[in-house]
Amino acid sequence: MLRLDGISRHFGGLPALDGVSFTVPRGRVTALIGPNGAGKSTLINCITGADQPTGGAVVFQGRDITGLPAHRISRLGIARTFQNLRVFPRLSVLDNVLCGLTGQGGQSMIMAMLRLPSLRHRERLLRLRAMAALDCYQLGDKATWPAAILPYGDRKRVELARATVSRPDLLLLDEPVAGLNADETAGVGEQLKRLRAGGHTILLIEHDMTLVMEIADQVVVLDSGRCIAVGTPAEVRRNPVVLEAYLGQTEACA
Amino acid sequence: MSVGRRQQLLYFLALHRTGLLVGLLAAALLVYPCLQDNPYTLGLTNLIAINAIVVLGLNLFIGYTGQISLGHAGFFALGAYGSAIATVTAGLPPWPAIALVALLVGLIALAVGIPVLRLTGHYLAMATLGFNFVIHTVLLEWDEVTGGPSGFSGIPSLAVGQWAFDSEIRLHYLLWTVTLLCLLLSLNLVRSGVGRGLAALAGDETAAAALGVDTRQAKIKVFVLSAVLASLAGSLFAHSFGYLSPDSFGIFTSTDLVTMVVIGGMGSIWGSLFGAGLITVLPEWVDLFETYKDFVHGTILVLVLMFLPQGLVSGLVDMIRIRIALQRTKNAAA
Repeated sequence: MLRLDGISRHFGGLPALDGVSFTVPRGRVTALIGPNGAGKSTLINCITGADQPTGGAVVFQGRDITGLPAHRISRLGIARTFQNLRVFPRLSVLDNVLCGLTGQGGQSMIMAMLRLPSLRHRERLLRLRAMAALDCYQLGDKATWPAAILPYGDRKRVELARATVSRPDLLLLDEPVAGLNADETAGVGEQLKRLRAGGHTILLIEHDMTLVMEIADQVVVLDSGRCIAVGTPAEVRRNPVVLEAYLGQTEACA
Repeated sequence: MSVGRRQQLLYFLALHRTGLLVGLLAAALLVYPCLQDNPYTLGLTNLIAINAIVVLGLNLFIGYTGQISLGHAGFFALGAYGSAIATVTAGLPPWPAIALVALLVGLIALAVGIPVLRLTGHYLAMATLGFNFVIHTVLLEWDEVTGGPSGFSGIPSLAVGQWAFDSEIRLHYLLWTVTLLCLLLSLNLVRSGVGRGLAALAGDETAAAALGVDTRQAKIKVFVLSAVLASLAGSLFAHSFGYLSPDSFGIFTSTDLVTMVVIGGMGSIWGSLFGAGLITVLPEWVDLFETYKDFVHGTILVLVLMFLPQGLVSGLVDMIRIRIALQRTKNAAA
């Protein structure tokens, strides 16, 4: 589905990513873990076009998408959420989710201004889809609220709903449960399992190891911009290199 | 049964609220000259109609793409002088001239917008201000074509056959028809998928791009659209008053237009009408405001931006919406 081929990103002389290569198989959950500053968010930005890699290639469904602008990549079927929430505070919850369907809403400004019956019909269908997505995340009764007044946990779910409503081929989630309490985390975990059961391909950045071990099919470990391990959760958990990256020198502990 | 009826009615009203409101406004404007036939007052509301067209476009640009332009009086001037030169100097018929001028102004906006819209914030404000300054200077200095400081007179009225729009009442119907059409087009635009993309762009550019909005192209398109609307308003201005002076198109006109947008509120189409109305009428109502107009407008601008950065009307509407939603949560919890 997605193949990364030696992705590098240098900020000045400083390498944030240094030749990262791995693949994200279709229909699976791949978790991307690593200590703070390992380059996880930079990698997501390089995949989605929010940032350009200085070297290497991103191949999505057999097509080289390296360096394409963000909106083109989004229209190819890659959706994402952001680590520091980017919900539109002034729009209603429903409109926020409808924004996730921008690609299906028609591109022509002139058609939009004329608002022909066909466009109205399409708008109604999109609205129904957005409402269905909100219901999935138990936000249906808050659809008309301005997003600004939602509590943090709800905003996280609005972002998830916005990213999934268009049924993207690949979903990139940047720390979907960061800052949530145990109950909310469990709720999001359930959602992710449901998405996986529905055949979504997910690349998940997460620090919550319980969640990662529970739902990931494959775990990729980044440290200081390098990919240090790839494997199933059980394999990665026993990998001495990974333990060292997370816990420091094992000798020092012993 | 009656409850069902009532709910049906409410649903109908909610579903067609935009269309019904526009219809209501159109009806009010239709009967307005019967109640108020003072030519001076009608002249004032006609001016509101012209300003409203510019403000609608400018609000799409400022409120929906989150950019700033202090140069729209420049596009307004290009429309007005363009129509004047096309009809008087070149002898073209007025209606095709308006369309031709609007097209040319759109192309100019495209040429200006492509480099200038790479800028943001203060830099964009300065660049557009500079554009306005250039246009204003050209109007003043190129007197063989524009008439220079003494202005451009003798612009013919618009006419359909023998029916000339030469009295205030006739102009009222012409101008408000165009304004309502522009209002309807703007309302349609913001209620569509494209409009939501623009609202997303105003909220957060990175997030909007990640949702598939071509941010660069969207900014340029809306900039061109707002310039075309300003040009259309300028042409109507020229044909309504028959006389143009460069003083009407200085940088303070641009800041007045921005003040109208800010009063109406970022991204509020209905607010644009209110903002255009209030700022147009204010100097006429109170003499003090006429003398110190720029001070008063400046103060309003600063106060609104300090306390309600989304603009006066939409800021208040947002506050009310939040109040209601919070009240409902409280009731649900109780």
